[in-house]
Parts: sequence; structure tokens; C-alpha cells
Amino acid sequence: MTITKTHRDVLGASALRPDGVAKVQGDFSFSSDLHAENMLWGATLRSPHPYARIISIDLSGAWKIAGVECVITADDVPGQLTYGLISEDQPVFAKDVVRYMGEPIAAVAADHPETCRRALAAIKVEYEILEPLTDPERAIDGSHPDIHPDGNIIRHQRIVSGDITATAPIVVEGTYDIGMQDQAFLGTESALALPDHDGSGIEVFVATQWLHEDRKQMAKCLGLPEEKVRLVLGGVGGAFGAREDISLQVHTALLALRTGRPVKMQYGREESFFGHVHRHPAQIWMRHHATEDGRIVKIEARMVFDGGAYSSTSSAVLINGVTHTQGPYQCPNAVVDGYATRTNNPPCGAMRGFGVVQACFAHEGQMDKLAVATGIDEVEIRLRNIIHTGDTMITGQVLESVAPVERCIRETAALPLPAEMSSHPHELDLPGGSGRTADRRHIVRGIGWGVSMKNLMYSEGFDDYSTARCTLTNGKVELKFATSEVGQGFVTLAPQIARSILGVDDVTYDTIDTQIGSAGSTSASRQTWMSGGAVDGACRLVRERLFEHVGALHGVDPLRLGIDDTDIIDTIGDFRISVQEACADLSISETFEYHHRPTEDLDENGQGNCHVAFAFVAHRAVVDVDIELGLVKVVQIATAQDVGRVLNPMSVVGQIEGGIAQGLGLAVMEEIIVKDGKVRNPSFTDYLLPTALDAPQVLISMIEEPDPQAPMGAKGVGEAPCISVTPAIVAAIRNAIGKPIDRCPVRPQDICF
Amino acid sequence: MSQHEYYSLTVNGEQHPVQDAWIGESLLYVLRERLGLPGSKGACEQGECGSCTVYIDNAAVCSCLVMAATAVGSQIATVEGLNTDGSLTDVQQAFVTEGAVQCGFCTPGLVMAVHHLLDHNDSPNEQEVKEALSGNICRCTGYGRIFAAVESVISVRKSSAS
Ligand code: FES
Ligand code: FES
Repeated sequence: MTITKTHRDVLGASALRPDGVAKVQGDFSFSSDLHAENMLWGATLRSPHPYARIISIDLSGAWKIAGVECVITADDVPGQLTYGLISEDQPVFAKDVVRYMGEPIAAVAADHPETCRRALAAIKVEYEILEPLTDPERAIDGSHPDIHPDGNIIRHQRIVSGDITATAPIVVEGTYDIGMQDQAFLGTESALALPDHDGSGIEVFVATQWLHEDRKQMAKCLGLPEEKVRLVLGGVGGAFGAREDISLQVHTALLALRTGRPVKMQYGREESFFGHVHRHPAQIWMRHHATEDGRIVKIEARMVFDGGAYSSTSSAVLINGVTHTQGPYQCPNAVVDGYATRTNNPPCGAMRGFGVVQACFAHEGQMDKLAVATGIDEVEIRLRNIIHTGDTMITGQVLESVAPVERCIRETAALPLPAEMSSHPHELDLPGGSGRTADRRHIVRGIGWGVSMKNLMYSEGFDDYSTARCTLTNGKVELKFATSEVGQGFVTLAPQIARSILGVDDVTYDTIDTQIGSAGSTSASRQTWMSGGAVDGACRLVRERLFEHVGALHGVDPLRLGIDDTDIIDTIGDFRISVQEACADLSISETFEYHHRPTEDLDENGQGNCHVAFAFVAHRAVVDVDIELGLVKVVQIATAQDVGRVLNPMSVVGQIEGGIAQGLGLAVMEEIIVKDGKVRNPSFTDYLLPTALDAPQVLISMIEEPDPQAPMGAKGVGEAPCISVTPAIVAAIRNAIGKPIDRCPVRPQDICF
Repeated sequence: MSQHEYYSLTVNGEQHPVQDAWIGESLLYVLRERLGLPGSKGACEQGECGSCTVYIDNAAVCSCLVMAATAVGSQIATVEGLNTDGSLTDVQQAFVTEGAVQCGFCTPGLVMAVHHLLDHNDSPNEQEVKEALSGNICRCTGYGRIFAAVESVISVRKSSAS
């Protein structure tokens, strides 16, 4: 798409990133780039076993190594021994038992990373290996003893709505498997902890999604009051959900407090695979009942999300899964049974799309089956069932968000299809890419569809507010917020908001840290709405006071004043003064806390107004498949996305293209392989990520229907791109090969055999 | 560490003594941790992601795979050396302008890879660009804006050459 530039970087303009220049020069400080005088390195000892009793830990070998300054275990945790986002069930260090491969047992601080490595190797841990619980069905049926005091089921949630005996002439069913995906941000976990001189508190620079939540959990485990733990956002190299839970925060802080010296910790790539939660692998069974003309009458579903050893956000992921069973379609009757299980597999939690990715893969597979069973075209079957604003969902909640589902589908369909493959295609354009293995004669093209809806913000009664301060001094604005900038571009958007509201061009932002109220997490597509709402609110309060000042000085009723570009004007008179002139020698500062409307818990039948708002999107995928080799090339993705209002076109394009690449990864290549509780591919050599050669052509249509509930009319755009693109690609593969495939990622053997 | 080694590296045209180093340190580690040049990033330390790309005697290499001590006597160039006067190269400027930067962790490596490509081929076609950049992983952008940045550099260079 063409991106136009306006003369001021206000809302609607493709304003450039304020940190862009530093980032292209290698000058931007990521958390891993930080240093301190007299700094030590920290490192973590992890369990090689998925499930074992710890008989003994002998640290003496590590202490003997020159350069080792500190060795700590669970015995050294001064405060609460466990932590967690929703339920505090995860030990800072395993004490008597390890429940997943990679669980932390001890940490060391030393003068060099290599000294750390040797110290870890010198720690002797004696284990009694236990039979791991790896099958989530055994967590549900109770045939395996509890692996944790909280039991083997993290959450069970039913949804029962309408007439559960209803049926209809067309019945289709399927069982869908979704693999475990890794967020694979490029900047691995890292932190630098600086103890206060008197040892009474600590400052920690860390790459995270949510400074205040980290601080809360850290303070509890460190046994310190929250005000003694100050967090500063270290530059973040991507997040995608993997930084929602804490990882090395407590360990690093504890080593620094113990040694009285700055400690830096940074995971390598392999450790990163063990250091954060992943996307839940899931198995979903669905049965759709529909009329002969393709209208959905009832959906039955059973969902099993494997949460692994600790609960993280599993219960919220499960709720997103079950409440999105219907997808963006009407469904008068439903019976859904959902489980989040605890096993000795790697812990799973937040990843872009958060439970909806899995549900969508299943409901879109079902829509295609419905199309086949009714003989109705796959686009038409979706159009016949689309949900509208005002419809009641299976939770009993009325959909209040603007819901341009029909436009999403029709505008996607209107985007041009790619040209047919030429008879002599460039070999890099074939499936297999640089492997140059594919043969033109075995390549078949397919087209597939996916449509989805995604909740925005947190759900089930959680008040995930955001705070911002706006200070106008001598015609310059400084903003303050604790919103984690992880690459998504809030630091671009926030100044755009201030420029639009205040007519000032010189807008900067202060250090992102805990010296202001919480901004909530950079997740759930929520920061444009929530922190955008907070910045918008703070700027409006400042503008109000500015108008009062100008009104009093010039004898105009402040209510008549407005901003026109960079001037203050009397909206029904002739008075006009530049903002710069009006606020000379003036200083106004206001703080605003934005709250979304309250939501409710689900009851035992899954009924309740649990979500704040929704966004919608459609994807059409075109693939080429080498049916002999089982290789896939995604040729083109067309998408129309409901964005509410475009606040920065270039940022929105970046989110859409980036999300599509991640959804493509889940469709055809990305999977953490776990066997008997052990991760088999914790490296970028064996965990495959989309490269430049895998990037399809992406055609985008942004649908702007401002949502009156959203502070600026804009919906968050981060998650929608990666949700229905996966089923669209898998549908295209099915369409090419004419065989059912109900799992992702699709492997060569799924195509060939 | 107890091993005391002394050697010296030529980075961006300047001699840098490396003292008291452990001999097993990678070039990436030495650049970042000893020479104060953290522009090169490490995201896999296995030669898979390209975020550590530097030039050794004009060849683009993954500095995570090179033992620093073996680069003695070579000309090493890092992202910090692209623009000693603080200005941006055309590739850097295009990355900013075209939205090719999100989190930016891949960016220094990609900037190095793009310069390297264009130094050797002033009019690469789409496939050549994709192949040249396929060793540099970007998790944020999906590559679309990166291709846009490369295209814009190619077309500006072409029009200013003609
Ligand atoms: S860090 Fe060197 S290639 Fe990834
Ligand atoms: S911009 Fe984040 S990895 Fe490329």
C-alpha cells in the first residue's frame, strides 16, 4: 500500500519511530546492552528432567571456582517462594521437586559468563527421576497422581447456551491439533540489577511487557516493599507474550542484593526456550449442526489446552478459547467443555492471539467442512453466518463492538489474486525456496479462507487500567507513562496523540519506568486503546487548563476554544493565537488514569459479560504445494482488517505484515517438539522461523469504522493479523492436495502420506 | 577468568587492544563486552539469525561464529563504523523512513546485510534481495517494510546515477 505523509506527525500520519535512528545505528540500548561498573554476570542452573525429586544439591564445587561470588537456591529466597501472574504456583527455584525440563534450581554470579558456565557445571544435583505426566488427557481423567499441590487441572470451564438438544440436518465434526509455538522474540531475556548502596532496595533494568506486575511479583519474592523495587524498561527486542510472566527478574535481583554488586543476566537462545512460556498446544473437537442452507444451529466443542507444569495465564487463555468457539458467526445453541491441564510439559501462557488462535483453527476448519457438506462456496457459507453488532454470543454477552465482518470478507475477496505460476518460475519462488528441491511438475496451487474475531483488553472482571501524565512547559510537551515499548510503536503513537490534541509539535517522552502508575501489560491488543486512552485523557485535561488560561487572558469563554492545527481558535469567533504564543512561560501538568468498562466473570455455565470489545479480520491465502516433497510456499495473503480508525498507517501495516508472518510460521513450520516432556529443538537451527524467502506477498485493506467505545475510535491491531491467517493457509493446502489436514503446523508427512 | 591473553583487533579502522581475555571468546562477545561496540546483536549465537553480522575483510560473517582471536590482522567493520560522522547511510535512512524497524533487534545486522548486498550488486532483483536477506531473521516486521526500504534505496541510487 502507499503510505502518505502529512505535514505534521499527528494522528493519521505515518509518523516515524522516535527511536528509529538509534536503532539503525546500533545505538539503541537493549536490556542486553547495559553495563555497570564492577558488574557480575548471573546464570541459572536448570533441571534436565521433566519430573524428578531433588534428593540433594551440592554447591561446594561452584563456590571453589575462582571468580564465583555467589551461589543461591530456594533456601536463599527471602520472601515468598513462589510467584505467578494469576495463581502463585511457580517456585522461584525448585526445592524438592522439578516439574518441567528447564526449571530453575540454582543461580550463580561470577566475573565472566564462562566462569558462570563452569560454576553451573560444578553444582551436583542428585535426582530421583519420576514418571512424567505428559498426556493432558491423563491430567483430566485423574489417572496420574497430582504433580502439584494445586492438582492436575488448572481450570475447567463449560459454556452451555440455548437449547442443548437442538440439532439440524447437516452435521460436521473434526478434531484439530495445534502445535506448541514459540514467540521467538529476537532479544532474549535480559536484565541488569543495581542494588542500593545500603542494600535496602534495588533498581532493575529489564525487558518486559508489564513493569508494575513484575515489580509486584518481585517485591513479594524478595521480601521488600514495592517502593524499594524500582523497575526501568530496558530496550525490548520483541515480546509477543513471552515477557508477560517473569523469568530472570527475581534471580538477577537476588544475586545483586546478595553480592552488593550490579548483576547482569542474559539468556542464550537455548535457555530462552526454557525461560519463557509458549503458545499452548491444544486439541479441539468440534461438531457443527447446520441447516441445509448452511446456517449454524448448534456448536458442540471440547477443548484441551495443555498448560504444562505451572499455571501462568492458562486459565485466561482457556477462557479466550472457549468463548471464541463460535468465531465471528452467529450461534444460537452451544455446549462447550474446556480444560486447561497441568502436565510435566513446558509451561505455556501468553502468545499473540492468546487462546483465540487455537479456537479459530478449529472453527475455520469446521466452516470449510460445512461448505463441503452443504455444497455452498466457502466464502458464501461464512457470509451466511456472520455475527453483527447487537447479536448475543454463546456467553450471553451482547456484541456491542462495531462488527464489520461482512466488509472484512468482501474486501478481502475483492483484493486481486496473484498471477498463475509461470511455466519457468524462478527456483527461489518454488516451495522449498533456497533448498532448490521442488519440481514445477509436482506443484499444485490452492486457495483457502480464514475469518476471526478477537477480544481486546483483559477479561473476566479484571481492571487493567493505564496511567499517563502530560506536562506542557513553554510550548513543549513531555509525556510520562509506564507502557512497555516492545517494538509495537506506542512511543510513536503517544506523541502523535499529544500533537493532535494540543497543537504542539515538540513532544518527547520520559524514561519508561515505575515512577508513575501502571500502564498494564503490552498484550491483548490493548495499549493503543488503554495507554492511548490515558495519554489522550491527560492531554485533554492539559488542554482544558490551557483554554481556561487563554480564555481568561483574552476574554473568551474557554468552552468556545478549540485547536486548529497549531493554533488555538475561537470556534465561533475570530480570535486566534498560536499555541506556542499562548503557552509561553506556562507550565501545566495533568495525570489521567484510563479504565475500560467493567467486565464480569463467567458463571459455571459460561455465561457472563466477560469481554470488553472485539476486532475482526479476514484472510485469504494462496499457496503452492509440492505434493511429492510435501513442501509449501505461501504465495499471497490478502487481508481486510477491522481497525476502527487508522492512527498511523505505516505502523498498522507493520503489525499486519508481522502478524501474518507469525501465523504463517504456525501454519507450516513453527513447532516446539516435546517428547516425554523433553524439548527436542530449543535452537534456531531446529525451530524454524519464517525468513525473507518465506514472506508472501501481502495485500491489505484496512476497514475504518471508528468504534464509539474506543477512546480514539481505534481498535488494537496487534493480534488479529496472526489468528485466521493460519487456518487460511492450512485450508489452501487442503484445497491444493484435496486431502483433509486438521493439524498445524502442516508437516511434509501430512501432505505426502 | 584466569586465562590472560593479549591481542589487538582492527575495528572500523582503529586498533583496539584486547586485554585479559579468555581465548574462547567470540568476536561478538569481544565487540560487545570488551570494546564497547554493542551495535552487533546476539539472538542465536549459532549462525542462524544474522543479527550479529559484521564484515571481516569485506566478507559478511556472523560474528558469533568467529573466535575473536582469529580475527587478528583482519579489517573488521561493524554497524558503528558505517557512519562515523553520526549521519545515516541511505540504507539506514530508508529503514527509518519505510518503517522497516520495529523492535530493532534485527536491524543492525540487516543494515549490514543490505549494504553488503548492494555493494556487490547495484540492481538486485526481488529474488536476489530475498536470498541475500534470508540469513537475517526478523520476528516483528514480516519483512514487508524491509523489502520496501531496500527497493527505495535501489531506486534512489539508480536515479541519482543516471
Ligand atoms: S547471533 Fe550470530 S547468527 Fe544469530
Ligand atoms: S524489528 Fe524486531 S526482530 Fe526485526
